[in-house]
Amino acid sequence: MGIFIGKHTRAIVQGITGGQGSFHTRLMLDYGTQIVAGTSPTKGGTQVCGVPVYDTVEESVERHKANSSIIFVPAPFAADAAFEAVEAGLKTIVIITEHIPVKDAIQVMARAKQAKATVIGPNTPGIIAPNDCKLGIMPAHVFRRGVVGVASRSGTLTYEIATGLSVSGLGQSTCIGLGGDPIVGLSFVDVLKEFERDKQTKAVALIGEIGGNLEELAAEYIGEEGYSKPVAAFIAGRTAPPGKRMGHAGAIIMGRTGTASSKIEAFRKAGVDVAEKPRDVARLLAERLRKKSISTRCKSEK
Amino acid sequence: MKLYEHEAKTIFQKYEIPTPHGETATSPTSVKEITARLAVPVAIKAQILVSGRGKAGGILFANSPRDAENTAEKLLGIEIKGVKVREVLVEEKVVAKKELYFGITTDRAKCSYVAIASSEGGIDIEEVAMTMPEKIIKVFIDPTYGFRSYHAYQIVGKLGYVGSQMRDLATIFVKLYKIAMDYDAELIEINPLIETAEGKFVAADSRILVDDNALYRHPEYQKRLIQEGETELSAQEIEAQKTGLAYVKLDGNIGIIGNGAGLVMATLDAVQFYGGKPANFLDVGGGASADMMASALDIVLSDSKVEAVFINILGGITRCDEVAKGILEAKKRVGFAKPIVIRLVGTNEEEGRRILTEAGIHFLDSMEEAAMKAVEIAKTGE
Repeated sequence: MGIFIGKHTRAIVQGITGGQGSFHTRLMLDYGTQIVAGTSPTKGGTQVCGVPVYDTVEESVERHKANSSIIFVPAPFAADAAFEAVEAGLKTIVIITEHIPVKDAIQVMARAKQAKATVIGPNTPGIIAPNDCKLGIMPAHVFRRGVVGVASRSGTLTYEIATGLSVSGLGQSTCIGLGGDPIVGLSFVDVLKEFERDKQTKAVALIGEIGGNLEELAAEYIGEEGYSKPVAAFIAGRTAPPGKRMGHAGAIIMGRTGTASSKIEAFRKAGVDVAEKPRDVARLLAERLRKKSISTRCKSEK
Repeated sequence: MKLYEHEAKTIFQKYEIPTPHGETATSPTSVKEITARLAVPVAIKAQILVSGRGKAGGILFANSPRDAENTAEKLLGIEIKGVKVREVLVEEKVVAKKELYFGITTDRAKCSYVAIASSEGGIDIEEVAMTMPEKIIKVFIDPTYGFRSYHAYQIVGKLGYVGSQMRDLATIFVKLYKIAMDYDAELIEINPLIETAEGKFVAADSRILVDDNALYRHPEYQKRLIQEGETELSAQEIEAQKTGLAYVKLDGNIGIIGNGAGLVMATLDAVQFYGGKPANFLDVGGGASADMMASALDIVLSDSKVEAVFINILGGITRCDEVAKGILEAKKRVGFAKPIVIRLVGTNEEEGRRILTEAGIHFLDSMEEAAMKAVEIAKTGE
């Protein structure tokens, strides 16, 4: 059972008739995700990959008892799509769309918070609970069901680290892309809280990058709350020169905050292992889990 | 997109935020004419999109029309931080009793806009934020309410103003928020916001950063393409912008191409970890076509400092066969002037590798291995 999604997930695809929407609907269905309906204004009554299409979210929710949505709608219309999902009562909303204006994103997050809905993204590869459900565009073959909860601000770097976890045999419980934009629905702290409660998750990997202070806040949370599960982190952008924008609107270094060294230092202080290279994440977590199981065994033998 | 100071001030005037009297000019003669219409002394300010303009000598002063003409002569046509000064803004110099700061930007952790004010405005505001954080007033703006007059009064009260000054300043703050919303500003600031000897407030400098993702709502700025020499951007960076690639020039000799900002940053880190120096950051983005890949190689190889290129692709929505075709296309178009190290895994990996193998191009499996190889080649030249 994953966090936010699982076998219980009944999802609709907003923007199902578009190129990306229809392509990934096929892949999500192949993975076993329950895609119960799709929406595309004026295209109601048609089908995509055998999935019924409606003009509005309201209609698709009424008929198919959907509880989640994944949005592929182009940026100028994405905020409306998200509002529609929130107002229709959906509780997990994944926004794949990139280039959504910041003003729109801020309004969406405020509305979702009031409605107690979880927004993943925007500009995210989505979320996957291996073997149970995939609500996203990530390549399924790099994931393997297992014990590490993964939260990341990056897309391809997540696949890189997930591959390492799969090869090592640790696998993933749930893997979440927080999204590469400055304003996103979930923070590392939100996800850490969920992983703390999740029985399948035995350890957590956080994949951060320069810019913002979400990593520092996560470190503070782990340090102060005495997080019960081992955590390892990787931070991209150690060698990025200050003041340069590296692709993501998110990755801007400002002043002394948001630099890789400030994040790494904060994590180390909180007892989090920081990997030098992406492939070290799996090794660090395997060591921590081994030590933990030895110490638990020692305690129980006493 | 950064707006020019005079563009931002035109917007301010539309919203009736007081700015100094002034006009733009492109020649010393018109600077002289403008100065004759203004009260001296005047400030002559280079209209360039670089930060730290004042400290770099981009703002000069003059006491008469003739003096202004001579001063403009010194400023127009010179380069500041590599950017040519083509236009200046001539303004009446405002005598400051006090310099304040007011700005609005976004806050990630709170998922909201935040209004920031300080009684210690001026060119050292960033220093103030670090050394005297108590001098910085922050009000997070709940999007349900927006930034209302009472928020402005809360801030102005903390800045220590009362009576008509309180009202004047609060009005400016509320208008600035209105501009931020109307123009989709990621950042809007008045620094310094000058309190004159008479107790009036004037926006002496202004900065507006329009959210690039919202430019479709502001066609008047969207159509303005960034030209070479207009910003601090290099020729490669401008070319990349045109092709929709995210490129940042760095000062090493190993060209880097990858997909996904996080992965590319991690690739730079890995190269540096093994003792190499990256020449650039280049993210081809998700789902890059063969054509995009070829353009990417074109741009990276056009940097004469590049001794080796490291292509790191992890196919998700990007397909390895498309990437492989792009590499061959680039080879045909521009040739491989420098050795290229390729790491290619993920979606359609077999097909991609078959294409490369048939063309006699070598590739590696792991990012670490490939990074080491690239560093070695850049050092030895083979």
